[in-house]
Amino acid sequence: MGEVTFLDVSKRFSLRVDGEIHHVQALDRVNFTVKDGEIVALIGPSGCGKTTALRVAMGLDASTGGRVTVDGREVHGCGHDRGMVFQHAELLPWLSAMQNVMFGLEMKGMHGTELRETAEKYLELVGLKESQNRRPHQLSGGMKQRVGIARALAIDPKVLLMDEPFGALDAQTRESLQAELLDLHARTGKTILFVTHDLDEAVLIADRIVIMKSGRVQEVMNVPLKRPRPDLGVVRGMPEFAETRYKVWRAIHDGATVH
Amino acid sequence: MADIVDSSKAGTTPPAEPVERRPLPRWVITLASIAVMLTLWEIFGRRVNPVFGSYPSAIAVAFWDLAVSGQLWSALYESLRPFVLGYGLAILIGVPLGLFIGGFRTAEAALGIYVTAGYAMPLVALVPLLILWLGLGFAVKVAVVFLMALFPICINTWLGVVAVPKTLIEVGKSFVAPDLVILRRIVLPATLPYIMAGIRLAVGRAVVAMVIAEFFTTISGLGAVIINSANNFDTATMFVPIIILMVMAIGLNWLIGFVERTVAPWQAEIAGRERE
Repeated sequence: MGEVTFLDVSKRFSLRVDGEIHHVQALDRVNFTVKDGEIVALIGPSGCGKTTALRVAMGLDASTGGRVTVDGREVHGCGHDRGMVFQHAELLPWLSAMQNVMFGLEMKGMHGTELRETAEKYLELVGLKESQNRRPHQLSGGMKQRVGIARALAIDPKVLLMDEPFGALDAQTRESLQAELLDLHARTGKTILFVTHDLDEAVLIADRIVIMKSGRVQEVMNVPLKRPRPDLGVVRGMPEFAETRYKVWRAIHDGATVH
Repeated sequence: MADIVDSSKAGTTPPAEPVERRPLPRWVITLASIAVMLTLWEIFGRRVNPVFGSYPSAIAVAFWDLAVSGQLWSALYESLRPFVLGYGLAILIGVPLGLFIGGFRTAEAALGIYVTAGYAMPLVALVPLLILWLGLGFAVKVAVVFLMALFPICINTWLGVVAVPKTLIEVGKSFVAPDLVILRRIVLPATLPYIMAGIRLAVGRAVVAMVIAEFFTTISGLGAVIINSANNFDTATMFVPIIILMVMAIGLNWLIGFVERTVAPWQAEIAGRERE
C-alpha cells in the first residue's frame, strides 16, 4: 500500500525583501490524492508551490494548515515510508555509489551482509552494479541520479517522492531515465509523486497530472494512455499524447480547460 | 579570422601530430626558485656588514657549529615540546568547538562572538598576565601556542559547517538520520577541507607564538638562540633558528596537505587538480 492524500494543505511563510515583510502563500488549501501504485505529476509555473507541496509530503517543510497522510497516517517530519529523490541527486561526495545507497539503509537500521546485498540489489536494478565503487564525481549526471533513485528505492518506501529528478539532465539522458523510471515502476509498483516543469515528461510518465497555480490546485487531469508504456517513442506519436499535452499546456497558460 | 586562415593552410599540408608538452613538475620550479633566491642573497649579503645582515654560506657554517656542539638539538627539543602540545590541544579543542558553534544556532549566538574576538586578541599584550597565572615555565608556553592556534582552527571549522550545503543535510533528514549522525556523517566530512585549511593556517601562528613565548617567559629553546646570538652581534647564528622555524612550518604544511589528501581524497579530485 502507499496512498498519499493532501487534505487542505496550506503553507504560508514570510520573506523580508528590502526591509519589508512579505507574506507568501506557497500552498493554499491543496487537496488531491495519489492512489496506491499510481504515478502523479505535479506541474505548474515556477513559484506555483509544486516543490513546496512535495517537501511538505516528505516532511522537510511543515505545513501551516491541513495535513498530508500516507495510508491514513498523518505525516510529521521525515519517515522511512517515503523516499526522496532530489533534483541534483545530492549524493554524498565522499562516499561511493554503493556507500551512498547503504547510507539510507543504515539509517533504517540495516547492517551486515543484508545491508550490502540490498544495496547491491538496488544498484543492479538501476544498472550500476559495475560502477558501485565510483564516487559521485566519477559518475555522469544520469548515473548520479540513478544512484539517487536506488538510494530512495532501497529503503523500500511506500511512496517515492521526486523533485524535478531529470530537470538538470541533457535531453537524451532524460529520455532514457524516463523510460527506466517507468520500467522500475512496472517492476516495483511503487506509488510515485513527482514534480516536473516538463510537459512531455508529465504526460509520458504520469497517470494523472496535478496542475498547480499560485499555490492552488487548478486542475487534476487524467492521462488517457495505457500502461505499460514500454516504448516512449511510440507514446509520443500517439494522438492521445499530443491531445493531453495540448490540454495541459492550455491549462497552464491561460487557466482555461479545453474540452 | 586568424583561425580561419590557419585552418585553410593546414588543409593543404597535413598538420603534424601535436606534441603534448608536459609542464615542468612543480618541485622543479620550487627548487629553481630557491636556488635563485639563495644565489641572490649570497651575492648581495656578502656586501653588507656582517652585523647588519648575513648570507647563506655564513649561516650554513653557523648551523654546522650549532649542530656539532649539540646546542641546536637541545634548543629544538626544548621548543618543540610546548609547540606540539599547544598545537595539538588547539586541534583537539578547536575542531569540536567549531563544529559545535557552527552546528547549533544557540551556540553560535552565545559563543561565536568570543571566538571572533579571540582571533584578534593581541596575545603579546596578554603574556604578562599569563605569566602571573601560569608562571614562567612550560605551562605558559603551551598556553601561548594553544591560544594563538586555537582560533583560526575554530573559526575555519565553524565557517565550514555554515557552508555545508543545506540539501546534503536534508538528505540526512529525509532518511531520518538523528542530528548527531548528520553531524558526524554529513557535516564533519563536508567540513573537512575547511578544518584542514584552519589547521594549516594555525601552523604559522603557532610557530610565531612559540618564539614569542620563549622571548617573553623563560628565555629558552630556539628563541634563546636567537636572542643570545643577536646580543653578541652574531647575525649568522641568529638566522639559523629563524630558518629552521620556517623550514619546519613548510614541512608541517606539507604534512598536513598529505594528511588532507589521505583523509579527504575526494576534495582534490572534485577540484580536479593535484596540489603540491
